[in-house]
Amino acid sequence: MKTKDAPKLDAGKVLLEEVTTGGVKTPGKKRSLWRTLTVPLLAVITGLIFGGIFIILTTPEVYQAFGESIGAGLKAAWDAVWTAYVALFTGAIGSPARWVSAIQSGDPLEIRRAFNPFLESLVASTPYIFGGLAVALGFRSGVFNIGVEGQIFIGAIFSAFVGYSITGLPGFIHIPLTFLAGALGGLLWGYIPGWLKAKTGGHEVINTIMMNYIAFRLSDFLLSGPMKAPNQFNPVSPPIQETAMLPRFFGPPIRFHLGFFIALATAYLVYWLLFKTIWGFNLRSVGANLFAARYAGINVTRYIILAMSLSGALAGMAGANEVMGLNHNLAMAFSSGYGFDSIALALLGNNHPLGVVLAALLFGTLRNGATRMQVVAQIPIDIISILQAVILMFIAAPAIIRTIYRLRVSPTETTVVTTGWGR
Amino acid sequence: MANVITLKRIETTSPTRQRVMGVLFLVLGLAIWFLFGRAAEPGTTASFGLVPGGSQQNLPPWIVPVAPTLTFLAIVSVLAGGFQLARGFKRWTNAVLGVVAFIFIFSFLVSAAAGKSLNLGGLLATTLVKSVPLTLGALAGILSERAGVVNIAIEGMMLVSAQVSCLIASVTDSLWIGLFAGILAGGVLALLHGVLSIKYKTNQIISGTVINILATGLTSYVSAKFLQPNPELNTSGIFKPWPIPGLVEIPVIGPILFNNTIFVYAMFFFLIVLHLGLFYTRWGLRLRSVGEHPKAADTLGINVFRTRYMAVILGGMMAGFAGAYFTIGSVGRFDEVMTAGRGYIALAAMIFGNWMPFGALGAGLLFGFADALATRLTILGIPIPSEIMLMIPYLATMVVLAGVVGRAQAPAADGVPYEKE
Repeated sequence: MKTKDAPKLDAGKVLLEEVTTGGVKTPGKKRSLWRTLTVPLLAVITGLIFGGIFIILTTPEVYQAFGESIGAGLKAAWDAVWTAYVALFTGAIGSPARWVSAIQSGDPLEIRRAFNPFLESLVASTPYIFGGLAVALGFRSGVFNIGVEGQIFIGAIFSAFVGYSITGLPGFIHIPLTFLAGALGGLLWGYIPGWLKAKTGGHEVINTIMMNYIAFRLSDFLLSGPMKAPNQFNPVSPPIQETAMLPRFFGPPIRFHLGFFIALATAYLVYWLLFKTIWGFNLRSVGANLFAARYAGINVTRYIILAMSLSGALAGMAGANEVMGLNHNLAMAFSSGYGFDSIALALLGNNHPLGVVLAALLFGTLRNGATRMQVVAQIPIDIISILQAVILMFIAAPAIIRTIYRLRVSPTETTVVTTGWGR
Repeated sequence: MANVITLKRIETTSPTRQRVMGVLFLVLGLAIWFLFGRAAEPGTTASFGLVPGGSQQNLPPWIVPVAPTLTFLAIVSVLAGGFQLARGFKRWTNAVLGVVAFIFIFSFLVSAAAGKSLNLGGLLATTLVKSVPLTLGALAGILSERAGVVNIAIEGMMLVSAQVSCLIASVTDSLWIGLFAGILAGGVLALLHGVLSIKYKTNQIISGTVINILATGLTSYVSAKFLQPNPELNTSGIFKPWPIPGLVEIPVIGPILFNNTIFVYAMFFFLIVLHLGLFYTRWGLRLRSVGEHPKAADTLGINVFRTRYMAVILGGMMAGFAGAYFTIGSVGRFDEVMTAGRGYIALAAMIFGNWMPFGALGAGLLFGFADALATRLTILGIPIPSEIMLMIPYLATMVVLAGVVGRAQAPAADGVPYEKE
């Protein structure tokens, strides 16, 4: 392995090279940017093509039409995919025709309705941004945080508790307090596996998986007992105070709220931390080459713990965002797989905050559009998971994409840190 | 392997570990006394039913006097702790740990059943049944990881296989064809895992995540699109218990062990075959060598890639078998995300059992017991929430992984893609 042999050569030089090439791409080089974008773009396109093939294969009408004639079959296949993807698009963005007619009519409710799909996509992207940043920060620092899902739950539990139990605070104190409580919950849930990795060598992948399930059971327990709303049949927490809700910008039905901008600000903060501060440099050094980093005098133990804690805190913010911006209470199983999807989108975004934001927008758009696709084209929303799995597969194994599209191997290939739990 | 054994010897006799263990035994003994023993009123008895429900056997319940039993068990644990601190059990420490843990669990049951009756036979029978997917899943993981390929996709493989076996069994009206299809489905997913992680050298944890996300999406999609509108596609029926003539007549053990579906018997069969295969055959030696030191294995002429593919696919088929249990082995119907994280508990069982088949069985039984007990806690009126009981497998795994109770020893090349030079 490259990382193991490196310190024998020239640790300092290798470290510097790895940190600089792994970081920001040198500006002014269009080819380099294009190279970075090729594989993700092709992965998304190929993923959509796969999704289309899958839709065709699972539509009984297509088989019937093929029974009549090949032409009818091809038409039915095309129709199935076309209806599905048009519904996906209009569900995610809204229909341009409706925008125009809504603006012409001047009816505020109609205008809000017309633009709601687009804003709803941004709402769906928000937890993805936080989750993706969490995973990306982990990858950059050499830890694989597969426990984002659990950290989201703990963050949500913390922020829901602070949100409903503290009363009489003004909003400008209560909102940050509740949000930070969520971050603190996630931080705690990330700190534990980080500490275990740094101090005992227990692999963070196993520990975070285990802590996911501990978090699920914990939230089940809290919602069926201590945190259950008193006069509710369902296992949900009491609603949070109005002073803890993230403000929404438009009237109903638009749910677009402040969380999206907090997410963007956080993304910038993560970028600044990773690429403009000494902490970030040290984190990335530990991630790029643990042995060289130790050789260079970086306190590796501290930065592993810091990486997991920060990653957990970002994930916790996703939970706080969902509680404070959308649900306004805590319900069982409220986060359906955001944590695992985040791994896919962090890799899709090349573990760079900007890339993560773009990938999160894509995933949020897909997720939101799929809701409409389910209604219009009777394609179950779970097609999104299949798409995401396929995209993740192509991102993780770019060689497949290169084989399909006959691309040349790029010299600055960034691979994910490969760590088994053997050591 | 010889290397691993010597390492373990050194560890079990290390002075720190001796002391930690001694203190642990003492603490458990005192806990038995303070948590359970003190609350017991003199003269109460606990009544343990020994025959699971539905059995023909007619045995009187086992009456245990609560206070004397608990006092005795507490003293035994404390003495074990004292001896461990003074002289040390040396090589036998792990065995004694098992005994003390067993004493602790038994004390808990005695205290819980004080003045009431608890169907111990039923509890053990449920434990065995609940441990089946966990143990089989752990065996699947062992097959793959002993050859050096990390497999966190057990969950996804089980989920897909559960659906496929149920669907095919419903369509063909044959449980055996369904089972076969389920095993095949596990194998196909494992092939994907193999291609990604062996051929394309993808990070194996990411490759596993791909399969898990794909499995959730695929099964939920098929369920929503086909199974829910057509319930006749989702009624497979189940394998009925198949009592082994003669053996089932043995008192107590008979109805627990020998009145089960083929899944339980197959679990024991695979367990023994895998243990013998891994540690006593050339096939097993090659498989393990590929997981410990692939370069050395390659030098000796073993085809690393082919061995790894074989191990991963066999593991996938084992996971497929485990997955079939969820539908055609227990409820006869597929529900979305019905494995509910059991694949991850299987992963935990594999680690807890130190990548050993019999260790996996022990861990599977322990976790199955926690699961079986969780459903009975409310009936017994024990003030421990069932959710806390269900956390035990995960907590136990983290403790083992942290090396507090002896370190788990993964195959050396586990998770490292092999690059042929």
